[in-house]
Amino acid sequence: MVKINGTMQDAAGKTIAQLVEEGGYQPTRVAVELNEEIVPKAGYSDTVVKDGDSVEIVGFVGGG
Amino acid sequence: MIPTREQMNAALTERHGKFLQEKFESASVAVCGLGGLGSNVALALARAGVGHLHLIDFDRVDISNLNRQQYFPDQLGSFKTEALSETLRRVAPYITLTAETVKLTEENIPSLLSPYDIICEAFDKADQKAMLVNCVLEKLPQKYLVSASGMAGLGSSNSIVTRRISKRFWLCGDGKSDVADGLGLISARVAICAAHEANMILRIISGEYEA
Repeated sequence: MVKINGTMQDAAGKTIAQLVEEGGYQPTRVAVELNEEIVPKAGYSDTVVKDGDSVEIVGFVGGG
Repeated sequence: MIPTREQMNAALTERHGKFLQEKFESASVAVCGLGGLGSNVALALARAGVGHLHLIDFDRVDISNLNRQQYFPDQLGSFKTEALSETLRRVAPYITLTAETVKLTEENIPSLLSPYDIICEAFDKADQKAMLVNCVLEKLPQKYLVSASGMAGLGSSNSIVTRRISKRFWLCGDGKSDVADGLGLISARVAICAAHEANMILRIISGEYEA
C-alpha cells in the first residue's frame, strides 16, 4: 500500500505521472513529494512508487 | 519625530523578549509576490521586527488591487516594490529593505533567492505558485519555504490552515477555494491566509517548525 495525501491506496507500481493524472490534477499546477523529497517534473513518468512509500501531491489553486 | 532605532528596538524587545527579538532582527525573508498575500505578509513581518525583507514583484499598483492589497489610491501606477517599501519604512524605519522589480522564473530563482533564509511564496496564479515551489524545493533545498493555496471567497475563516508538507515546506490555505470559481479574493480571507504564512515564518525564525 502507498500513502497518498494521507490515504492508503493500492498504488504500488504506478508512476507519479499516473498518480497525478488519476487524482485529477493539472501537472503544471502541482508539486509532488515522495517520502518528503521533491520529485522533479522531468521525473514524473519514470518515478515508480512502491509499497510503504508516502506521496504528497500538492495541487495549487489561484489567488493571492 | 520618529523614535530612534534604540527606542524602536527596546519596545520590540520588551514585547518579545531579548532572545526572540534578536532572532527576528537577524532574520532575512524573501517575499515573492506583493499582492494580497505578500503585502500583508511583509507588513506583519516588519511590525514584528524582522530585520531584512527582500521584496519581489514585477507589477504596478492597480485600482483592482485596492480591495485587498496594502496599497493606497495615491500609489496607483507605482511599482509594488516601491509602494510597499514606502509603507514598510513608515512602519519600521530601521528595517533593511531590498527589492527586485522582476518576474521570477526557473532561470533566475536560484540566484535571486539564494541569499535569504526563508522564502515566502505569495503569487496569485496557480501555475506560478507550482513553478516557484518546485524550483525552490529542487534547487534551493536548504531554504525554508512557506506557500499558500486556497483563500478566495467568503468561506469559513476556520477552513484556512497551515500544514507542514515536509521538513522545510509549509502550505497555508484551504487548499481548494480557487479564484476562478466564484467570488474572487476578498480582503479578510486573504489576510487570514497571509497571517498564517507570516505566523509560520515567525515560528520558523523562533526555531519552532511544527505547523
